[in-house]
Amino acid sequence: MTVNALIEKYGFSPLSLPDPDREVKGCYIGDLLSWVMGRAQADNAWITIMSNINIAAVAALSDVSLVILAEDVTPDENVLKTAESKNVNIARTSLPAFETAVKISCDI
Amino acid sequence: MSEFLNFHFEVDGDNFVSAGQASVQMKKNMRQLGLSPEIIRKVSIAMYEGEINMVIHAHGGVADVNVYEDRIEIILDDKGPGIKDIDLAMQEGYSTANDHVRALGFGAGMGLPNMKRYTDDMKIETVVGEGTKITMSVNLS
Repeated sequence: MTVNALIEKYGFSPLSLPDPDREVKGCYIGDLLSWVMGRAQADNAWITIMSNINIAAVAALSDVSLVILAEDVTPDENVLKTAESKNVNIARTSLPAFETAVKISCDI
Repeated sequence: MSEFLNFHFEVDGDNFVSAGQASVQMKKNMRQLGLSPEIIRKVSIAMYEGEINMVIHAHGGVADVNVYEDRIEIILDDKGPGIKDIDLAMQEGYSTANDHVRALGFGAGMGLPNMKRYTDDMKIETVVGEGTKITMSVNLS
């Protein structure tokens, strides 16, 4: 399923969508950036509550298709601008990470 | 040795806002060179971990990436405090990062292990009080 379709289907709030037609395949949940770098697969949705500027670089380098900020966390200033410039998709949900993953599991 | 391309980056110390810039730029360069996604991913991850280490521990440094016909070489050179115990530093989960750094999501003790995991060769030269030079290679074939 594409990033855009996933966001619409589950009512996530789009925060940065420079590449909405990208396919989402699989999912990784984590807040420690090195773990995410080392273990998330390309095209995964990455679910996290980490909201500082470094998530944009980690998402770009590990090549995930979408960052989902769980539990309604608010990204720090400049995160969205940086994400747009690095072609990183970010959306937000009020759901906790586990429930988010369970919900999207049948579509990715 | 065959001809190669060199990319040189200055890495700002203690600047977590721009941390990763060199790696992100290098990723773009590799895409332009037409390298495979798997190679790009390996080099990007290894270089980012090294870059973050220089920001966290060494007040920055320099990164050089040399693209040869058969491999990509990443050289990270800093004038930081050096690594006291390399075996310990190579253990997953071991970190000397402070609480501020951990709050940003770093300091999981996965930096050096990830660098080793995603490269085909890694050499660490370090002198306590003087600095650290890490040379990594990713084979292209």
